[in-house]
Amino acid sequence: MTAAGDVPLAARSVAVADVLLRVTGLEAGYGPVQVLRGLDFVVGAGEVVVILGANGAGKTTTLRALSGMIDAKGERTLRGAGDGATEDVSLKGRRPEQLVKLGIAHVPQGRGTITDLTVEENLRLGAFTRRDKEVTSDIASWYEIFPRLGERQDQAAGSMSGGEQQMLAIARALMSKPRLVLLDEPSLGLAPLVTKELFERLGEINRTTGTAMLIVEQNANLALRIAARGYVLEAGGIVAQGTAAELRDDEAVRQAYLGY
Amino acid sequence: MSNFLQYLFLGLGKGAVYATLALSLVIIFRTTGLLNFAQGEMAMFSTYLTWMFWEQWGLSPWLALAASMVVSFGLGAFIERVLIRPVGNAASNPLAVVIVTIGLFLAINALAQWIWGTTPKRPPPIFPNGSVEVLGASISYQSLGTLAVLAVEVVLLWVLFTKTKVGLAMRGVASNTESSSLAGVPVGLILMFGWGLAAALGALAGLLTATGGSVAGFDSTFMQVALIYAFAAATLGGFDSPVGAVVGGLIVGVVAELCADYIPFIGEPLRLFPAFALILIVLLVRPQGLFGKAQVRRV
Amino acid sequence: MTVNATAVVPESPVAANGRDRRATLIRVVLWVVGLAILYRLPLLLSKPDVVKLTGIACFAIAALGLNLLTGYNGQISVGHGAFFGIGAYTTAILVTNNGWSPLGTLIPAAIISLIVGMIVGLPALRIRGVYLALVTLALATMFPQIIIKYKDLTGGTQGLDFEPDQELTAPSWSGLKDNQWRYYVVIVVAVVAFLLVRNLVRSRVGRALVAMRDNETAAEVVGVNLSLYKVMTFGVSAMLAGIGGSLYTMNSSHVDANQFGVTLSITILVMVVVGGAATTFGPAVGAFVVVMLPELFPASVPKVLTPAVFGLLLILLMAVAPGGIVGLTKQAVAWVRARMGGSSPPAPPEDAGGEPASIAPTTPS
Repeated sequence: MTAAGDVPLAARSVAVADVLLRVTGLEAGYGPVQVLRGLDFVVGAGEVVVILGANGAGKTTTLRALSGMIDAKGERTLRGAGDGATEDVSLKGRRPEQLVKLGIAHVPQGRGTITDLTVEENLRLGAFTRRDKEVTSDIASWYEIFPRLGERQDQAAGSMSGGEQQMLAIARALMSKPRLVLLDEPSLGLAPLVTKELFERLGEINRTTGTAMLIVEQNANLALRIAARGYVLEAGGIVAQGTAAELRDDEAVRQAYLGY
Repeated sequence: MSNFLQYLFLGLGKGAVYATLALSLVIIFRTTGLLNFAQGEMAMFSTYLTWMFWEQWGLSPWLALAASMVVSFGLGAFIERVLIRPVGNAASNPLAVVIVTIGLFLAINALAQWIWGTTPKRPPPIFPNGSVEVLGASISYQSLGTLAVLAVEVVLLWVLFTKTKVGLAMRGVASNTESSSLAGVPVGLILMFGWGLAAALGALAGLLTATGGSVAGFDSTFMQVALIYAFAAATLGGFDSPVGAVVGGLIVGVVAELCADYIPFIGEPLRLFPAFALILIVLLVRPQGLFGKAQVRRV
Repeated sequence: MTVNATAVVPESPVAANGRDRRATLIRVVLWVVGLAILYRLPLLLSKPDVVKLTGIACFAIAALGLNLLTGYNGQISVGHGAFFGIGAYTTAILVTNNGWSPLGTLIPAAIISLIVGMIVGLPALRIRGVYLALVTLALATMFPQIIIKYKDLTGGTQGLDFEPDQELTAPSWSGLKDNQWRYYVVIVVAVVAFLLVRNLVRSRVGRALVAMRDNETAAEVVGVNLSLYKVMTFGVSAMLAGIGGSLYTMNSSHVDANQFGVTLSITILVMVVVGGAATTFGPAVGAFVVVMLPELFPASVPKVLTPAVFGLLLILLMAVAPGGIVGLTKQAVAWVRARMGGSSPPAPPEDAGGEPASIAPTTPS
């Protein structure tokens, strides 16, 4: 994992000025099987961070722990919401719906849509925790960003293609106006062209709304293009980290995860 | 011909009663994916509550019903939270959930007998006696009233499911619990709400069954046969379809009535046979029912 | 689960052999003691207690049958009261209408309930899980209506009563009272039924039943003829319930329509679950506990609340101990052994495939 003549990526600590999510010593697993063995990482406000790693490295588990789908040990805190809030809020022991209220949205792997509901209903459900009046206009603006969703607003989500469903899942997650979106393999099962478009949109959304993103990806060329930084996960531990450029340039990372 | 119309009206009136209970079954199936074998007994208990509020506390019949629905809502939510949830979900564990609802069946039945005894009680009259003539056949105010109540209930449920956030969340949880939870839906509360709603509607179904039933009054067993009719209605209509429950209920009511009147073999004693046959045939031939969207989950 | 998990700890063949022998010895002693108790009991107890015990044995036979179907094969029936009733009415009608001797009706009762069970088992090929429970519940609710419909034959709600000379009486050579003789007859049938089911469950067929319960596709792949097995299991299960009902009628010399409603079906299911689904002794333990437990309640608990206690017990068991009393006992024994000896002896063979996996709450993965 070392690039010739450079400081090993594993040994780096990255200074992030404006920390939104701070995770220390995250441990989680399923029953007796421990998957995560103490992860430390941060996501800055408005930052796109990618987690690279092979199948079974613990990427999905990391996201599930963060969104409260599974129990986990270790501290994780989110910067307090609202203006002037300085206190960090601990995320430990909170249920998914509470975390949504705090500003964390999770797009789970492959099945993020509610297939029996229509496209529009999916988006409305995404705004479940909101109390404001802008839900309808927000839905309209998502139809502008993803025109295919607008065309199919009254169709059952399950009747759409994989790519369209993934767009819907992302839009649904963003309807909760999160400060941090967790994306689990958004490109899974999508055609290369669709994947490319998807990541372009994600980059746009990040730039225009300032929503931070933590993206898990197996093949991460595209993810690194929109990400500021990245971590490499192996067997439940972080083995390397760096800026997107540093990771792209690292020989070992390139061979293992970028495929060239 | 006028006989036929007479039987048809009778069947529709009874069918409307089955439909109200079937709606409770459908609501629970839609939110939790399970068949609640205790639904009839819950409705029976609620009917005793209505009777108590009316006979012993002196409320007017409709007010007693409203009070009973409110209390039943709370009891239903409580049952979900304390008794159903610890056992796990229906899909991974069908036998356990069946057994839990059977346990509930036993417990509620015994509790009602203990509190209110076994002598039949006279239900509060919510519709006037008498009937009107339609095309030479008479249709009782009871039947008309039941049909009207059913219509109101259906409209309210339609509004709930399609126009409100809670209804949307209920449908979301039924379709994909995990994603709904990630969308910020408090799944636990929604499940409690679903059970509470089903119990409250059960109070209505119980009273309609009691007032349309035996003149001697009702006792702790009066919902057991009604439950099978309601299950037949829900099976026929599709367990996940409120529309199906209503159409199914009316069909079951009419079919059972006509079979009892026209097929000597069935006659009065074997009234339940058409319901049983319907359940069996629908599950064999078209398990999703007439209006069910998804294939019945076979586990 | 723990019972099986500890059982696969590898041991040296010699130690295992010694343990095996010891375990066999213990089992033989337990059997001898158990049979001796069953033999002595009616000679020690009062008449009402013997009658009650005989009734328990009848229920145990029915529960044995339901356990085969629901516990081992995973097909849920809430309608076994109807099969119990079919056996009961076969005996009652043949005795009172046709002048048969009570014991002679046992075979026709068994055959009729076997056939009806197989017919009901046919739709079960396509209808599963909770939907099968629904169909059987509807059947159980309808059964009393069928009895009332044919009241000329069945006596309807009045029922049928044996004339004194029609009752099952002790032959003079036995020197027993009638109630004691009936007890022995029922116990012999119960023990035979118990051994048959136990051997069936341990055989290749039994493993196939469990395989079907746990994973139908896999069972099909290894060549189990699902349809035949399911229908046969339903038939045999109903037959045992029918035998229980037939014997029950011989014991009480009376039947009526109200005895065989939904409550009876549910009671038999309660017996299986409380005793321990998919365990060898569960049904017998369950039948005993369900009938006798109310006797232990303090007088302050009204009898009418008994079903409420069982209902809540059922829910509690599902949440914390899906293996029922027998499962809990096994866990306790395993725990004590682990505490005392460090390693555990071979698991009792009845555990082969006996885990109530289909009932145990499974954590979603």
